[in-house]
Amino acid sequence: MVQTAGDDSRTDDPFEIAAQGVPGANPLYGGPTPDSADKVDAPGTILPDGRPEAGISGRSVRLGDRVFKALAAGSGAILLIVMAAIAIFLVWKAIPAFTDNAGNLFTTQTWNPQGTPAVFGMAAVFFGTVMSAFIAMIVGVPVAIGIALFISHYASRRAATTLGAIVDLLAAVPSLVFGMWGLYFLIPETKGFQAWMSEYFGWIPLFDNTTATTVDQFGKSLLIAGIVLAIMIIPIVSAVCREVFLQVPQETVDASWALGATKWEMIRTAVLPFGRAGIISAAMLGLGRALGETIAVALVLNSGFRINWHITEPGGDTFASTIALKFGEAGGSPVAIAALIAAGLFLFVITLVVNTAARIVIARKKDFT
Amino acid sequence: MTSATVTANPSLRSELVGARLPAWAPYGSAVASVGLAVLLRWMLEWTGWATTFVAAALLFVVVLTGWSFAVEGRRQAKNRFASTLIYASFLAAIVPLVLILTYIGIKGFSVFSADFFLRSMNGVTSRMEGGGLYHALIGTLQQVAIAAIVALPIGIFTAIYLVEYGRGAFAKTVTFFVDVMTGVPSIVAGLFVYTFLLLGFGMRPFGAAGALALAILMVPVSVRASEEMLKLVPRDLRDASYALGVPKWRTIVKVVLPTAMSGLITSSLLAVARVAGETAPLILLTGYTASINMNPFAGDQATLPMMVWDQLGKRSGTTSNDLTEARAWGAALTLVLLVLILNIGARLLARLAKPKTH
Repeated sequence: MVQTAGDDSRTDDPFEIAAQGVPGANPLYGGPTPDSADKVDAPGTILPDGRPEAGISGRSVRLGDRVFKALAAGSGAILLIVMAAIAIFLVWKAIPAFTDNAGNLFTTQTWNPQGTPAVFGMAAVFFGTVMSAFIAMIVGVPVAIGIALFISHYASRRAATTLGAIVDLLAAVPSLVFGMWGLYFLIPETKGFQAWMSEYFGWIPLFDNTTATTVDQFGKSLLIAGIVLAIMIIPIVSAVCREVFLQVPQETVDASWALGATKWEMIRTAVLPFGRAGIISAAMLGLGRALGETIAVALVLNSGFRINWHITEPGGDTFASTIALKFGEAGGSPVAIAALIAAGLFLFVITLVVNTAARIVIARKKDFT
Repeated sequence: MTSATVTANPSLRSELVGARLPAWAPYGSAVASVGLAVLLRWMLEWTGWATTFVAAALLFVVVLTGWSFAVEGRRQAKNRFASTLIYASFLAAIVPLVLILTYIGIKGFSVFSADFFLRSMNGVTSRMEGGGLYHALIGTLQQVAIAAIVALPIGIFTAIYLVEYGRGAFAKTVTFFVDVMTGVPSIVAGLFVYTFLLLGFGMRPFGAAGALALAILMVPVSVRASEEMLKLVPRDLRDASYALGVPKWRTIVKVVLPTAMSGLITSSLLAVARVAGETAPLILLTGYTASINMNPFAGDQATLPMMVWDQLGKRSGTTSNDLTEARAWGAALTLVLLVLILNIGARLLARLAKPKTH
């Protein structure tokens, strides 16, 4: 029975009655004429009595939603503000280091901000930082990659989780302890090793020690600082590499097995190329850590403030260790404080660049997976 | 049809496989190399065992690879060489860890006593025995607690923003800078708080300043770890909640957070553990005192790392002696135990209380 719109008072069929409210339920029935109660308002509409209408829109009009979103977004904003504040304050307070310095901040080697005139520069500090970090990378990254490969491909599944936890335990040890261990255990034990290096590899000027006459005079050198740093960056680098190696597509691995590859050939052709971006990014993260390490280096190295390419000779400085060690005596002198803040600024910029580059490398890799 | 008589000859290898070393080859090489190294030690009159050890290791690599090259061929030899190096690299991680932990355990434990934990260094000079780390322990616990109270809510809320709300440029910027902030060295964070609070407002060192620097270091770790935990909550739970008409904020508070709660506690414990051992900011910000200071907002406050730094003579530029070094080791061991307890506690919690996703 065809019924016109609105003429619904005479039907007995329950389905017809129910269908009147649903557009299109009864094909013979044209559906209700929309009236003001049915109209879907625009989002954010305010009803006549002042309440906002809760529409089915993406906008959060409820008070609770707005407050919560503001809280969450505000926390993110705090982060950005702190980062900006770090940069601004460091630059601002480091200005006297540029203006009140009789030497050139970039090329002078000595560190005497409390002399008259104040002469100090970052050259020796920069050299020590780069050299110790470089040694740490050379020693630490291959070992970390080996550990990651061991855990992901050589160890049994059950052993892998335990071994991973043990390596992560190395990351939990505070750097203070690394420094003390380096100072009191590693240095005495490696005096012989350093003497041996100087004797048999001394034809490479890098390893030659020109000042020591007895074995005892070997000790607190950049080489040992680099080795301690290497032990400290191993957990970070191996953790990131492990994550990457575990994500190698099984098809690629199976394909190399199917072609009769040995285990090493499988790793060389399937795992390492896949993980190349991850390895680079992990290495740069380790580099960032090595550059910023303060206490371990401060305990292991003696200050020398000169660029010394013989890394088995004692002495060396890094940005971080200079700040930590020279802070006490810088107390009253604004120029000395500014010099330390300038060192901090240099360190901040360097680690910023390294970490950003690492993230860009891994982000670009993600675009292709 | 009679079956061809196949003599079951166990010594006949399949022709599809090339020559292989026997299964005991690595052990045999190890024995041979150790024997050769000891022989060299006797012949060349080396002193100490370090050189012998290194010689044995090098000889092992040479013997095994050479033997494999002769019998199995170049590809297999390379494989054995690589395997040896990889096993060796794992030892290179375990050996330092064992050395460090046993060394600090032995040196620190010798000074442990009830007195050591209950007394402070008040009145104990560098030439006297005795003294304790009570003042430092209180300081460390207070400062870490303050840092956690400041940093963890910021970290968790940022993680909530990134997981639940974040689309668009702001979220991308926040994510990028969280990553960047994980790389900020601890001394730079300390230097920032120093220039901002102490220099900027002319304040003297006090405990909570150190806590602020620790909080700056804690936030990125907390954000990253909490983000991972929140992502583990399945979409279905959220969708079911939205389908029932629950507002977004209530969904997060009542559905997502309780589901991820154990994971969030784990990530918070890990963030605290990461920061509890930091020394560098404290050098600049908290000063040091030998007596107990229960107020982190006024005056120098001792902490475990600063006690070590002071006892080693680094704070005042003096030298250390046996007595101060022993106390330094004790404080360092306490710090390590604190960090290890937090770490292991976090991992146990993660294992025992996985997120309830059904």
